[in-house]
Amino acid sequence: MKDTRFARFVLLVNGIVPLVLLGWDAYHHRLGANPLEFITHTTGTLTLVFLLLSLTVTPLRKLLGLPWLIRFRRMLGVYAFFYGSLHLLTYVWFDKSFKIGAVPEDILKRPFIAVGMLGFLLLLPLAITSTNGMVKRLGGKRWGRLHRAAYLAALLGVIHYWMLVKADTRLPMAFGGVVGALLGYRLVAALIRRSRRLAPAPERGESV
Amino acid sequence: MLIRKPDDIKFAEVTDESLYFNRRTFIRGAVLAATTTATGLLYRALSSTSKQAPAEGDTANTIAGEYRALAPGDEQPTSFEDITNYNNFYEFSTDKRAVAAEARNFVTRPWTVSVEGLVHKPRVFDLDGLLKISPPEERIYRLRCVEGWSMVIPWLGFPLAQLLKQVEPQSQARYVKFVTLADPSQMPNLGSDLLDWPYVEGLRLDEAMHPLTILSHGLYGKPLLPQNGAPLRLVVPWKYGFKSIKSIITIRLVEDMPKTTWNAYAPHEYGFYSNVNPHVDHPRWSQATERRIGEFGRRDTLLFNGYAEQVAGLYSGMDLKVYF
Repeated sequence: MKDTRFARFVLLVNGIVPLVLLGWDAYHHRLGANPLEFITHTTGTLTLVFLLLSLTVTPLRKLLGLPWLIRFRRMLGVYAFFYGSLHLLTYVWFDKSFKIGAVPEDILKRPFIAVGMLGFLLLLPLAITSTNGMVKRLGGKRWGRLHRAAYLAALLGVIHYWMLVKADTRLPMAFGGVVGALLGYRLVAALIRRSRRLAPAPERGESV
Repeated sequence: MLIRKPDDIKFAEVTDESLYFNRRTFIRGAVLAATTTATGLLYRALSSTSKQAPAEGDTANTIAGEYRALAPGDEQPTSFEDITNYNNFYEFSTDKRAVAAEARNFVTRPWTVSVEGLVHKPRVFDLDGLLKISPPEERIYRLRCVEGWSMVIPWLGFPLAQLLKQVEPQSQARYVKFVTLADPSQMPNLGSDLLDWPYVEGLRLDEAMHPLTILSHGLYGKPLLPQNGAPLRLVVPWKYGFKSIKSIITIRLVEDMPKTTWNAYAPHEYGFYSNVNPHVDHPRWSQATERRIGEFGRRDTLLFNGYAEQVAGLYSGMDLKVYF
């Protein structure tokens, strides 16, 4: 396999760029009239972006025939968790002033908070099992099955976004479209694999 | 110990090696610089702060206002910059930070307002004639957006009642319907079918006649900027912001409750009354608190936005949870 150490380092540095710019803009009071809302929205959007990027890796490597792309998937996923944690922190800090006791009531009262929280909770075990040691301990197959939860987390993230928008749902719809396409690809691929396994092996040269 | 001058090392050999090393470092550095720049530019392009343009416009001339402020206690007015750069005006953009730039060239003169319907003296006012109805007063009001943020705005304007008295409402008139201009050549977002354009709002006649209800044509002593609803807008301080319709071209007195834009869009989320009420949540979020622009943390939202003493009587006997 290709040596991807430097490429992964490039990804690591690039993933932090949005946060650096967000911090820079905040420091220079360039986040507009409602900077807290802006930070919350931006970290939320970045969570979805990285989650979707991580889910794009598998279809991309299969379609392009670049198996080594898998080496970037975990870092993209960990970045999704990283920005998701910041997003949650902005909510607990800016909205709740660290009054954690008020959070359960909020979850019950505001369904979009409940959905977002569930999405984050799903990412938690994925982040914990993101180390090499954990992959080994779980075994590749079980690890992969567990990490399918990323699709559910992405779906919940999109619903969370869609629920809080007043009327202009174009962006959450776009994110939803991407999740749908990625999920659709995986489902179709799984169905084809299954039909290959069940049906007698197709003749050589017959395309599926 | 004798240290020999290292003239036995061939000069060419050394530079070769460092060149080799430098090139590798250089390429890696360049890759890092190029990718981070690209990521940075992508972030800038996609995040909406870049679209923000400082609002200036025609703010040179000032309006002499008679100071009859209803100052909200010790609360500070929100800065001019924030008031003019964070706006909900869907005809221009759904991005509150982008409205100022999109509305920059909006033409507000000449402008006419038709006051019509169930009145004895219907009339099409040109703007200057309309502004002569009453001297401008400064009214410092809280503005609470249904989205959960708020401002304190020093408006200039006059009571809507003054205008309505001039046209003499007929006895059957029970509601007032307001319509915003819908000009696709000036309002880029009208092409979208997000809402049913033109934007329509409405008040019960007694709400419209209430002394707190004003028609505003300025703020901070200057004429309104397009993003704030130039040249003429409604301000109803005890209702959620979307009731305070902007850039009005028609005021029509009617017998039946008018079909208003947000109410028609989602009747279970936005009622006709839409009075600010911390005890009646939006189905998707709480209305108990608000974020005051310019402040950290959140404030408790007040019943009728803090104007209960003046307006609660309008709704006596009504279940505010039913008529939200």
